[in-house]
Amino acid sequence: MSIFMTLRIALKALGRNKMRTALTMLGMIIGVAAVIAMVALGSGAQAQIEEQIKQSGTNLIMVMPGNFSSGGVRMGGGNAVTLKTEDATALRDVPGVQYVSATTQTRVQVVAGNQNWSTNVQGVDVDFPNIRLWTVKFGSWFGDQDVRGASKVIVLGSSVANTLFGEGVDPTGQIIRVKNQPFTVVGVMGPKGQSSTGQDQDDTAFAPYTTIMKKLSGNQNIGGISVSTASADDVLEATEKVKQVLRERHKIGPGMEDDFTARTLEDMAATRTEMTRTMTSLLASIAGVSLLVGGIGIMNIMLVSVTERTREIGLRLAIGARGRDVLLQFLVEAVVISMFGGGIGIGLGYGLSWAVRTFMEWPALVPLNSVFVAVGFAAIVGVFFGFYPARKAASLDPIEALRFE
Amino acid sequence: MAQQPVISVRNLTRNYQLGEVTVRALRGVSFDVQPGEFISITGPSGSGKSTFMHLIGCLDKPTSGEYFLDGKDVAKASKDELALVRNQKIGFVFQGFNLLKRTTALDNVELPLLYNPKSGLKAADRHKKAMEVLAAVKMSDRHHHLPNQLSGGQQQRVAIARALVTNPSILLADEPTGALDTRTSVEVMGIFQRLNKELGITVMVITHEMDIAEYGTRFVRFRDGKVVVDQAITKRRNAEDELAALPPPEVDPEPAGAHAGGH
Repeated sequence: MSIFMTLRIALKALGRNKMRTALTMLGMIIGVAAVIAMVALGSGAQAQIEEQIKQSGTNLIMVMPGNFSSGGVRMGGGNAVTLKTEDATALRDVPGVQYVSATTQTRVQVVAGNQNWSTNVQGVDVDFPNIRLWTVKFGSWFGDQDVRGASKVIVLGSSVANTLFGEGVDPTGQIIRVKNQPFTVVGVMGPKGQSSTGQDQDDTAFAPYTTIMKKLSGNQNIGGISVSTASADDVLEATEKVKQVLRERHKIGPGMEDDFTARTLEDMAATRTEMTRTMTSLLASIAGVSLLVGGIGIMNIMLVSVTERTREIGLRLAIGARGRDVLLQFLVEAVVISMFGGGIGIGLGYGLSWAVRTFMEWPALVPLNSVFVAVGFAAIVGVFFGFYPARKAASLDPIEALRFE
Repeated sequence: MAQQPVISVRNLTRNYQLGEVTVRALRGVSFDVQPGEFISITGPSGSGKSTFMHLIGCLDKPTSGEYFLDGKDVAKASKDELALVRNQKIGFVFQGFNLLKRTTALDNVELPLLYNPKSGLKAADRHKKAMEVLAAVKMSDRHHHLPNQLSGGQQQRVAIARALVTNPSILLADEPTGALDTRTSVEVMGIFQRLNKELGITVMVITHEMDIAEYGTRFVRFRDGKVVVDQAITKRRNAEDELAALPPPEVDPEPAGAHAGGH
């Protein structure tokens, strides 16, 4: 019997029990839809992280004091374990490096009139907006003299400006009090939105790092150095050179570990992407369990069907069906259920992802390969769970089967 | 008769193992069937007539002995070979009709052709062949009816058409009238007689009713796994004449709703 005929017979048999077929399919539909929706959620989160990295610049190198990778064990005394402003200055001459900014930060209460707000004031250099690709909305960024003279000027993040002065108001020229010292607002940054970890990147303010160190925190050392290269292609090479320069400056001999950490933003994001990916696989495997349960449902129904149709099987054997014809017939029925269910499940999965994207504003994304995997898996489930009932049907004794009541 | 026998069995035995006990269902049967014969097989239950029928029908294999069907040794054939033999050389008719539910008469009759691995008949040819045999049992006007729209006698006629569709060497009928009333039984036996006479089809009917057995040409009686009587039937009944003599049916044998579906 041709496979086409077998398929037609299977469709006919399934059509005779529409309700049962539909309910059995439902198991597969839910399973496949769950897998696709879960993978979509995970991939969406991953894509969002990647997008954010692209936006914040793939040419960034962050230098932090201390070595996070040495398991918390610091090197012995005598070595420079902190970053100094001179380190930042030295990095300007590294080939490939375009912009450098020393960074430091302190958490302070800012007061304007009767409004006050606790925020993170970042001490940075003139080139900081160029590094972060961040533009000023009102007023302007501070200049070189402000950094050299440790002027009390401040550029507000848009959230802080909105809180202190109200939405859309240009506060340039106003005086605000930071730790009881008067600072002149020279600008407001454009909105940047949430970071990939969910923080409001606009809840911040910027002042020259010299001002922070001398007037606010009193720190002698800087908190870090932000470096950007002219192009993303240079970033790995430049990172190596930055490390080399800092090792020389900190007199770290060969074989000794760095007392600082220089990482590209991509490195840092990779860790988080990895986490998201783990989460995605976890969700997908949980959804996969429902696919498995759907498969067991198919096996259950096929076993019932074989028992119910024992006489039919007996008749088919009597008129010349071979064992393999009967086996194929029932196997095809199982695969048809699982494939049809899988197909509808894909549609439902897409629908769910769309709903999540639209109503929950989560960037759910259905990767094409997850569709193929789901369909393939559905087919395998059909064959796997259909085989046992089909073999049971094929191995029936025609005499016994014909006598079956 | 110089013709080669359709069926030739020699010392056929069949033992069943029931736990520790060996049941000797058939204890050495030798038997020839010539083409065109109409054989009635009777015997009490447990006499071995069903076992014999299953062996002749290639549904089962003998424990020992020889079985030639159309001159071909099938006693030691494999399962798949037996399936092929059943498909091409044997037509089964059962007591319970065994038509596929929710499947038209035509599709039911075509079913054996689908399992014929080498025929490769096109759909149109299958329809044509099925319609031919439906005409032979006078059911061509009902070919689109579903089994539940047909009376018992009509269902059995469709089942006979299904048995005929592959041009088998022999028609095996196991209690074909067991589920039918007297009048319908005569009708069905009349069809067997007509096919036997007009088309020369070899028929073997198993029954435990003596009056049904008398429609045949040869009478065989089983007891304790052996043939105890094997003789020609002298006073043969003629179904066609009897049917004409019977009073017309009191109620329309066609169940309500027969015309509701179908076309």
